[in-house]
Amino acid sequence: MPYETDYTNQGFTKVGTRVNRPDGVDKVTGRAKYGADANAAGQLVGRVLRSPHAHALITKIDTSKAEKLPGVKAVLTGKDFPDLTGGNRGLMDILENCMARGRALYDGHAVAAVAAIDADTANKALKLIKVTYKQLPHVTDVDEAIKPSAPIIHDWVRTAGVTPAPTTASNVAQRSEFGHGDVDAGFAQADVIIEKSFKTEQTHQGYIEPHACLATLGPDGSGELWVTTQGHFTFRNVCASLLGLEVAKLKVTSSEIGGGFGGKTHVWTEPVALQLSRKANRPVKLVMSRDEVFRATGPTSSTSVDVKIGAKRNGKITAATAELRYQSGAFPGMWAMFGAMTSFACYDLKNVKSVGFDVLVNRPKVAAYRAPSAPMAAFAVESVVDMLAAEIGMDAVDFRIKNAAKKGTKASYGPVYGPIGIGPTLDAVKNHPHMKRKLGKNQGRGVACGFWFNFGGQTCTDLNIGVDGSVNLTVGTVDVGGSRASLALIAAEELGIDYEQVRVTIGDTNSLGHNDTTEGSRGTFSSGMATIFAARNAVEVLKQRAAATWDIPVEQVVWEAGEARAKGKQNNNLPPLSLKEIAAKSPRTGGPIAGHNEVVADGAGVSFASHMCDVEVDPETGATKILRYTVVQDAGKAIHPDYVEGQFQGGAAQGIGWALNEEYIYGDDGRLQNAGFLDYRIPVCSDLPFIDTQILEIPNPNHPYGVRGVGETSIVPPLAAIGNAVSNAVGVRMTHVPMSPPRILKAIEDGQA
Amino acid sequence: MEVQLSGILSQAAGGARCVACTGATIGELLQSLVLQYPEMQMHLDDGIAVAVNGEIYRDRRDQPIPSNADVFLLPRIQGG
Repeated sequence: MPYETDYTNQGFTKVGTRVNRPDGVDKVTGRAKYGADANAAGQLVGRVLRSPHAHALITKIDTSKAEKLPGVKAVLTGKDFPDLTGGNRGLMDILENCMARGRALYDGHAVAAVAAIDADTANKALKLIKVTYKQLPHVTDVDEAIKPSAPIIHDWVRTAGVTPAPTTASNVAQRSEFGHGDVDAGFAQADVIIEKSFKTEQTHQGYIEPHACLATLGPDGSGELWVTTQGHFTFRNVCASLLGLEVAKLKVTSSEIGGGFGGKTHVWTEPVALQLSRKANRPVKLVMSRDEVFRATGPTSSTSVDVKIGAKRNGKITAATAELRYQSGAFPGMWAMFGAMTSFACYDLKNVKSVGFDVLVNRPKVAAYRAPSAPMAAFAVESVVDMLAAEIGMDAVDFRIKNAAKKGTKASYGPVYGPIGIGPTLDAVKNHPHMKRKLGKNQGRGVACGFWFNFGGQTCTDLNIGVDGSVNLTVGTVDVGGSRASLALIAAEELGIDYEQVRVTIGDTNSLGHNDTTEGSRGTFSSGMATIFAARNAVEVLKQRAAATWDIPVEQVVWEAGEARAKGKQNNNLPPLSLKEIAAKSPRTGGPIAGHNEVVADGAGVSFASHMCDVEVDPETGATKILRYTVVQDAGKAIHPDYVEGQFQGGAAQGIGWALNEEYIYGDDGRLQNAGFLDYRIPVCSDLPFIDTQILEIPNPNHPYGVRGVGETSIVPPLAAIGNAVSNAVGVRMTHVPMSPPRILKAIEDGQA
Repeated sequence: MEVQLSGILSQAAGGARCVACTGATIGELLQSLVLQYPEMQMHLDDGIAVAVNGEIYRDRRDQPIPSNADVFLLPRIQGG
């Protein structure tokens, strides 16, 4: 590791200011180009035919009539995707999800695709494809899927994580256990034990921009892909592997992104578009409809969770267990494992055990959704924490403070924590004016904590200084939440120049070395680290040019406040040289001035948040109104506070929708009933109060500026905070998310009964 | 050194939650682990993370491991 990543507690002049976002004008004027905004000469329209059945054998696909329709240039089925995966089961799952191979595994599963000269022709062609299905028994509920009577989704799946390894097929793809200590002994010491079961329904990330791409792939195996994605380098690698292409011959460019939140970390239609293009030998544009986004991309798991926590009367938790069942759709996942890892991560527990079961069902393949799997586990655990505090007569915040994890705590998922922020967030909650606001009739207050890991990963960055002193910073992490502004601030800080002098570009896959996907709250953490090092490399070049100009050794040159200064009395006659002056002379002092860095940015530092929420519930209708909502979260160092606050507010808003309204509703036929924003209701502005925020800055020791990821943790506590608030408002414990009006009314009725 | 295994990783070590390994770096440690437990290679291929004294490393195989370090192998995390 050639670069020093330790936190240095340096002062800042640019970092921490609230500058204007560089992409704002483009976005409000419509100049920004999103996934569906690219066009190419001679492009075709791609369309996908999808299964209407939850589970069915595809006994025959007759594409002959579609192929003969004038204007149709290519038709694909599963047979057009040869198995090039080399036995890699994970890759095969991706391929099979992109296009069914003999069996439709969920309502919306792709079974064929066409490319035609226009949308009308493509739609007509889809209707001419005759698919013969033999329907199979299906299961869409996570608890039903683990019953012995449930239809088996894949006969090759054996439950992993079980010793000895099973010999028969199961819908439980994986069992994952975490914890330490002796939970039986811990429960024996408890004065009070609370045990409760919870359910959460499946939700979609709800990004406004549908999946869209423009694919070009020629017979020589060279291609280009313009696509809305969180990770164009990952898309390139996956598409190349599935289609037998050389990685370097597929250039992938990421468009502006209209939201992703984890849902655009996976390929869905991109390999299909490329294969259509290869077959037609013309560019193919493929844009999903909203119906397709709901039915055939990657929502989060629906879950079923049992939690048991015991405590002494003095408020100290003695033992905690959780069993978590998460459905992963029709393909194996590890979502329950993440739920098990995060479930008790906020607390300092001597005896803890969490077991996750990843379960297959006939639903779309589950994808990441902002701190994936943590919100559902937090809903269950934080609800029981509230119940336990009430049972022993202790304030719920004080109870959490007493049991909060701290530096040196052995995390429930294994490692020992370094400096962390859960305690300070709870202290901030306790002292926040929000907690002193009086509540009225039918109103309730809830508090909850949340945890997410964060990570860094492979990162590659270029910084080029123009002859006028302007700076172009090229990064490979897609800007999903304002990272261009943050990275420009970092470059300006290092170089000692104005923020406005820096332009940040997201480079395509042919411009930079590999960059991992923007996920795990890594964009500003990892590209920020690479930007610091790239800028420092550029500063070394600037110093060399100044030294050459002055004809003194480079060791006598320092870089301060954006200019080279000659050290020592012998150099007193040398006036400083600014970055602009050095850049202007660069053509005659050695050519372009640039800095580059490639880094594996590890040490991202875990993240904690505590939320508080006030609600009012109408006992007649069951409708819930969010009166006040406050987020407190540790950001390490907030590079651009507006964007950090925006992440806090965005996560809370999505969590509020998840808690109160959003859910996939499947009929008995296994078909999705509400694949659209009219029937799947995400919160709009009029549903939300102003979401207040408080940024805590507890430096990450493994980043020069102390940065931690901030993008995901804010969605972890809302389900539980709102669950606790609604429960306090109606006097009945809510155990099923979303807490929609009918569920609240039923809970009130059941409570009265 | 003792290496603690969690989740599905312990299955690859015959159910053991803690195994003895050698290595001055994360890369050497993982090499030692696979030599003892070949089934672990599958998980390494899928990706894992190594916590050294509480700090989680996903990709840095050259990261030194201090003597008497608390070492924990974790599944690789995905994010949103």
